[in-house]
Amino acid sequence: MPADNRNKSSSFFQKNSQLLIPFVAIIILVIFNLIRDPGFFSIAIVNNNDGYPVLQGNLVSIFNGASELAILAMGMTLVTAASGGQDISVGALAAIAGSTLVKVLKSTETITPLTVILGILACCAVAMLFGAFNGMLVSVFRIQPMIATLILFTCGRSIAYWINGGATPTVSSPIITAIGSFIPGCPVPTPILIVLLMGILFFILFRTTTMGLYIQTVGINQGAAKLNGINPVGMKLLAFVLLGVCCAMAGTIGMSRLSLINHETLLLNVEMDAILAVAIGGNNLGGGKFNMIGSVMGAYAIQALTITLYAMKVPSTDVKAYKAIVIILLVVIGSPVVKDAFQKMKNRNGRRMLARKEAT
Amino acid sequence: MTAVTSGKAAGTMRREKISNANLLMFISICIFVIMYLAGIIIWGGGFRKPQQVFDILNNYAYLIIIGCALTIVMITGGIDISVAGIVALVSMVCVMFLKGKLWPVEGMSDGLRILLAACIAIGIGLLFGAVQGALVAYLDIQPFIITLAGMFFARGMITIVSVEPMQLTVQDEPGILDIIQHRIEIGFLGSLNKKGVMIPARMEIGVVIALVLLVAIAFMLRRSRIGRNFYAVGGNRQSALMLGIDVKKTRFIAHLISGLLAGIAGFVFMMHNVSGNATNATAGEMDAIASSIIGGTLLSGGVGNVIGTFFGVMILATIKLIVTASGLTKPWWQTITSGAMLALFILLQSVVLSRRGKKMTLPSWLKFKKE
Amino acid sequence: MDDGIVLTMRGIYKTFPGVKALQNVDFTLRKGEIHALMGENGAGKSTLIKVLTGVYEKDAGEICVDGIDGAVTIRSPQDAQEKGISTVYQEITLCPNLTVAENMYIGRDKSATVHWKKREQDADKLLKSLGIPARPKQQLGSCSLAVQQMVAIARAVDADCKVLILDEPTSSLDDHEVEMLFSLMRDLKSRGVGIIFVTHFLEQVYAVSDRITVLRNGELVGEFEVQNLPQVELVSKMMGKDLEGLSDLDKEGSANASEGEAFYEAKGLSSSEARPFDFRIAKGEVNGFTGLLGSGRSESVRAIFAADRITGGKILVEGKEKSITKPIHAMKAGIGYLPEDRKRDGIIADLSVRENIILALQVMKGFFHPMSRKEMEKFADEYIKTLEIKAASQDVPIKSLSGGNQQKVILARWLLTHPDYLILDEPTRGIDVGTKTEIQRLVLKLAEEGMSVTFISSEIEEMLRTCSRLIVMRDRKIVGELKGHELTQTNVMYTIAGGEKENAG
Repeated sequence: MPADNRNKSSSFFQKNSQLLIPFVAIIILVIFNLIRDPGFFSIAIVNNNDGYPVLQGNLVSIFNGASELAILAMGMTLVTAASGGQDISVGALAAIAGSTLVKVLKSTETITPLTVILGILACCAVAMLFGAFNGMLVSVFRIQPMIATLILFTCGRSIAYWINGGATPTVSSPIITAIGSFIPGCPVPTPILIVLLMGILFFILFRTTTMGLYIQTVGINQGAAKLNGINPVGMKLLAFVLLGVCCAMAGTIGMSRLSLINHETLLLNVEMDAILAVAIGGNNLGGGKFNMIGSVMGAYAIQALTITLYAMKVPSTDVKAYKAIVIILLVVIGSPVVKDAFQKMKNRNGRRMLARKEAT
Repeated sequence: MTAVTSGKAAGTMRREKISNANLLMFISICIFVIMYLAGIIIWGGGFRKPQQVFDILNNYAYLIIIGCALTIVMITGGIDISVAGIVALVSMVCVMFLKGKLWPVEGMSDGLRILLAACIAIGIGLLFGAVQGALVAYLDIQPFIITLAGMFFARGMITIVSVEPMQLTVQDEPGILDIIQHRIEIGFLGSLNKKGVMIPARMEIGVVIALVLLVAIAFMLRRSRIGRNFYAVGGNRQSALMLGIDVKKTRFIAHLISGLLAGIAGFVFMMHNVSGNATNATAGEMDAIASSIIGGTLLSGGVGNVIGTFFGVMILATIKLIVTASGLTKPWWQTITSGAMLALFILLQSVVLSRRGKKMTLPSWLKFKKE
Repeated sequence: MDDGIVLTMRGIYKTFPGVKALQNVDFTLRKGEIHALMGENGAGKSTLIKVLTGVYEKDAGEICVDGIDGAVTIRSPQDAQEKGISTVYQEITLCPNLTVAENMYIGRDKSATVHWKKREQDADKLLKSLGIPARPKQQLGSCSLAVQQMVAIARAVDADCKVLILDEPTSSLDDHEVEMLFSLMRDLKSRGVGIIFVTHFLEQVYAVSDRITVLRNGELVGEFEVQNLPQVELVSKMMGKDLEGLSDLDKEGSANASEGEAFYEAKGLSSSEARPFDFRIAKGEVNGFTGLLGSGRSESVRAIFAADRITGGKILVEGKEKSITKPIHAMKAGIGYLPEDRKRDGIIADLSVRENIILALQVMKGFFHPMSRKEMEKFADEYIKTLEIKAASQDVPIKSLSGGNQQKVILARWLLTHPDYLILDEPTRGIDVGTKTEIQRLVLKLAEEGMSVTFISSEIEEMLRTCSRLIVMRDRKIVGELKGHELTQTNVMYTIAGGEKENAG
């Protein structure tokens, strides 16, 4: 179709119009930074303390720093799509998962690759269990997701504290350090690799199961989904359990970065960012159709904004206020009222269309 | 036929049934009384002194006020998670103003300074409430997102205003501290201390503010037109519209009042803690939501009242006291038990709600058979 | 305006793009009468009501209300209420969490505080005078649906209404509650209120109405006195068939199919919505459930597919006993179901045409066997071609398609699963004539190939053309079964109406 070539870029965004917002957000940030500091995105290869060559630069720290958020955004996308609500306990759940991992590692004298793998499996299992608890409240008891997860949000970090008996233990092991920073010989930070791994995992899941189709169907029209033989309860539960896995991985990375578990500060306030990433990714927070790539792009956009603000010498504690302004601008632009006004300007026949709709 | 009708009518009329809302509130009041009695009987000590109750009130006066704010918004079917952020921001700004860090206050009397600080508190609260309310009601954006952004903004503004925590001190502001730290002494509720001297019960001014607001809001929800409109909008937005209620305006006012109350709560918080700090009232919004839920406010809207919320706050506080008194001194037990309590109440609500739902959708032929 | 007339509508026209909803409709309501407005789906009842209450603007015609000189323009429901026209809708538009008195007065006050004492006394007086068994302080949610309905009426009446519109007020009430409502209606009638009663229950019309206006396809059929219009004639007027000179079509095709081996058999099947019933369909048979809207025909087929909660009954599929309590069980047993409400139960609005087509087949294949993109595209292409679905591409969301094409997509979804037994509930509603005959032909073709089909339609002619056996329902009960030479329009109408000829089964 040679005739179509001219419109190729526009038709890409017509098909994936959701990706427009995060894409534009990232482009604006990139241009802004390039004007401010042409060398902002330069990447250097330097030798780190261990003498290995590693990548360094703002771009790397954006991708590296957004790892936990990107992973959580993946899971949050599924929960949002299936249940039409958000999980606000992801930070607490990550803390629980991280504590479980530390508990397992501390229970053996020497930390071998095997114990690390066992530990990660254990923390995944625990996180999945708590995810299932949330999912149960949402799907079986039909409690709004935000309220159901409020329970774990309230007491999750205390459970994490309790797991390690009131301590914030440190774990000193080269394996853990490698997970948190660099695998010797590999110049790319390990958290970025874990994000890739999770991405591949979800890709395989979407390819080998009908999860994507089912979750969207349940989110759009639960009644019709049921009439087509889909079990809405099961799908919502699955979404929450998968989010549990995401929390476990995010908790593992977060713990490994510092080689210690601090139940209070580990991924603090990340739940709000994760929801924001999903929203920026163009996903409807009311559920339904979703685009996981959009959410991941949203996560990177948030991190890019944060790093940009840091680079502009904005103190880390103030970043929240600027983020709030960005959120409000985004949701106002995306609000039905503003969209309608836009539509009316664009389409004078809007009224007639509406009348036709009502007639049928 | 008419005889049958009136016979059945008389039957339904005599059956006084407690409504779901009152049932949930009744349960929480009972639980509070049982918990407190258990405290007196099993652990005794502090529980026996009336001062214990006043301590709870002194510490949680601000929570009662933002609990009321949340109750109002939740009755209209919305949510407001910016309240604790506003509390922290207001307490910081007020402390800074009183210390003269915002603009020079020399020459002003202490009383005038406090009055102006109160005006600032109310102004900030109203501003947040108005902006959030307009975005939620008139642009029809999910209240969760808007008030989340409000919380971010408020928390971020604190450190923009001042990175350093601020404290009112006896050295610098003795007069102001004298006024805002004034304690009302209630002699007949006093108790003997170790030396056998009668110590009167002490209550802060903030408690009076909180209790007056509580009664005023209870009255407003019960008796005023706007109060009943809140319930109507939360009960069924579509129906409310058909009944001729301005739904948008009602939701706007709910958020406006919520912001106003958060501002006042911030001032009360400042009076109690005399400090401004970015970590003030951390997770206070969740405590407020939890007390509302425990007090019988339904998340789906239309049901709830502030008296229940008051008991919700008292229950949360008593849990903490009992957990400490029963020797579970480890810091995590308080929040874990609060979490478990919250889970219990949420499940209870879910069951009550689903039973009510079933009753409404019972097919008519089934009802017919039963007769 | 004539004495005794409270409302006249003359020459009302209303057109939506592509649909002539109302054409030259007249309507007259007298003081103190209960006037039933009748018609099948799409007859224009609700459009007429919406024009009268100001929801829609009329294209032409005039409306006169007693007490106002000249023709009036009604701009909104509020405006209608101020002119004395109040409406009580099918779904109760009150707040169950408020008290009865509050529901009667909320939204009508302008003062900041409310004198509830006085309000409660007023409410009490009104409730007592209307004989409504509710206390003003009682929570509305604790009242029965009938009483809630009556409170809504009390609210309307208190707003000084001359015209009271009751839109399907009885659809969720039981017999006793209906009686209560009727006595209230008669009471209001004696006070001079003109009541427009919209319903689809024939017996209720005859129990309470004085006059009947029948609409069909947006046109006025006529206004009749109740005593001059026997039930059967009313049915024929609604369906547009004259009783006299009715050429009874002879059913062609394999009428004997119903005698064959049963594919599906149910004994005493009941669901949360359907009363227990027996049902049987043979291989290659096309049968149908008929009856007026609300007669229980849709609920019965929903029970067969387990779309509602199954409460009892025994099911045999190909002679073997099966438990079908979830739609997926029914699908696995080879049953397909095209739901009545396409928007609510059928389409997944935001998903593409392709995904909507393959959905049911994909579910049957199982969670761990997703179809490849190629496979999906092939299936979608195939069915878009065979059913001539008009869509820009497979990728467009189904919500952008016209109603008829959406229906074809849902039909394709079920055909793709190659069911042994297909249930089609109103597959031709809101679809142009060409597509209608296409679907009818398709049904007969499928039956010839050995598929069993249950067909439901509001159009009796369509049913007669396709079905070899008709199960007739009235008031949620099966009241007759017609087959072979009994399949005539006259017979069907008599059975639906419950007339004297009820010997057909």
